[in-house]
Amino acid sequence: MTAQRLLDIRGLRAGYDGVAVLHGVDLHVDAGEIVTLLGSNGAGKSTLNNNVSGLFRPYDGAVYFEGEDITGASSTHIVARGLVQVPEGRRIFPNLTVRENLDLGSYRRARQHRASNLERVTAIFPRLGERMTQIAGTLSGGEQQMLAIGRGLMAEPRLLILDEPSLGLSPLLVEEMFALIRRLHVEGLALLLVEQNVVQSLELAQRGYVLENGRIVLSGQATELCEDPALRRAYLGV
Amino acid sequence: MLDPVILLPAAINGLTMGAVYALVALGLTLIYGVLHIINFAHGSLLMVGLYGAFFLHRFGVDPYLALLVMVPALFALGYVLQWSVIGRASHGSDQNVLLVTLGASIVIENLALYFFSADTQTIDTPYAIAMVDIGVALVSLPRLIALGASLALAAILWLLIARTDLGRAIRAVAKERQGARLMGIDVDHIFAMSFGIGTACLGAAACLLLPMFYVSPHIGHVFVLVAFTVVVLGGMGSFSGALIGGLLIGVTESLCGLLLGESLGQIGIFLIFIATLLFRPSGLFGSRLS
Repeated sequence: MTAQRLLDIRGLRAGYDGVAVLHGVDLHVDAGEIVTLLGSNGAGKSTLNNNVSGLFRPYDGAVYFEGEDITGASSTHIVARGLVQVPEGRRIFPNLTVRENLDLGSYRRARQHRASNLERVTAIFPRLGERMTQIAGTLSGGEQQMLAIGRGLMAEPRLLILDEPSLGLSPLLVEEMFALIRRLHVEGLALLLVEQNVVQSLELAQRGYVLENGRIVLSGQATELCEDPALRRAYLGV
Repeated sequence: MLDPVILLPAAINGLTMGAVYALVALGLTLIYGVLHIINFAHGSLLMVGLYGAFFLHRFGVDPYLALLVMVPALFALGYVLQWSVIGRASHGSDQNVLLVTLGASIVIENLALYFFSADTQTIDTPYAIAMVDIGVALVSLPRLIALGASLALAAILWLLIARTDLGRAIRAVAKERQGARLMGIDVDHIFAMSFGIGTACLGAAACLLLPMFYVSPHIGHVFVLVAFTVVVLGGMGSFSGALIGGLLIGVTESLCGLLLGESLGQIGIFLIFIATLLFRPSGLFGSRLS
């Protein structure tokens, strides 16, 4: 019973200005899964995301999405195929209204379903629905994170990469964020959740990877990772 | 001399010229707002537009009809220039772009000098000296058309920027390039589109100017300095700033020309300019400096 493989990263080597950050990363996400990628600051998590999303060209290795080789493809092509990233720091358009941000979520993909997706996103985030005409830069941090996710959902992603969605949120909002991620997953969305928040991420995910200094040092079922003595020592301090 | 019978026509005449200034400034402010480029080639590209309309007129095409050719043609020229020269040479550095656009303007101007000579030239149209009585004043027909068409084009441009996906993407790219890439927006294409649209404004301005102005390889200088003044006065990158600023400068120039004599008219522009910046350093519609 092999589930459909959505994202398949093989031996990815990548970095900036010739300095390698990732030294051969293997990682995959199947349809309907939540996979979490854990790692401390500087481990290379965002480098991985940005190479997968086509912002940078990897030095070596390959990235397949639904069987298609997308290594070094343009971000426009990758978004058009349905691999959408909600980046760390949200990267919303601060000078545009909430509504315009959401509209641009469907700039490249699912444009003809814009109206229905807009309804869906405002059903998930009623707060955004109330603030459609507000300038996005004036939203609170939590609302901006919701907007970033909502904008990503407007493209009807086949796989959504969430890069540190809980970063900078209050504990209450972090709870809310993880509840939301669970909801999206129940509705059938596959997610790659990149987080520093180890406990909650592993509770949510089916499988996990731990990235350290550009290498995957640990991977497996989330329940097993939770029990792993090395991980508990390194990330939970026990 | 301050009789309204004289002042009012002068103000209206200034308004007509100001509308053309606004159109030129809108193109400049769009390019600045999105690409953060100070486009020194803006005046030379206006000159290209004027010669384009001038030669079309030689082949019997009316300047106003030439709008249909010159707007797409200048759009294409701007798109290609940004895509193939300016974008490639910039490497993300603003100083590079400054020199590249300056270099482009020198090349374009000297090509014009070589091919068209330094002579100023004008066209004759049947309506060049036609006057229209608008009740409070007599206004020359080409000026009235320039005013109406410039305002209409500004409205179309505003709709394009405010109401279309292209416009949203242009504004998005202006502030958040990486976020735009992650939404599948082709940033290089949007840059070229912005430059193209900014240049297309010059194609329109050229066709509106030609029946009431002259053409020479150096004509760009007349307008580009005023356009820069308008953009800074209105607030860098501000749409309404460029529009209101253009009209204001046009009226100021005309009234000062009337009061101080034609050759001193431009003093008024810079007096208004300095006075505005003293009290609002980021311009009329610019975001306040914090």
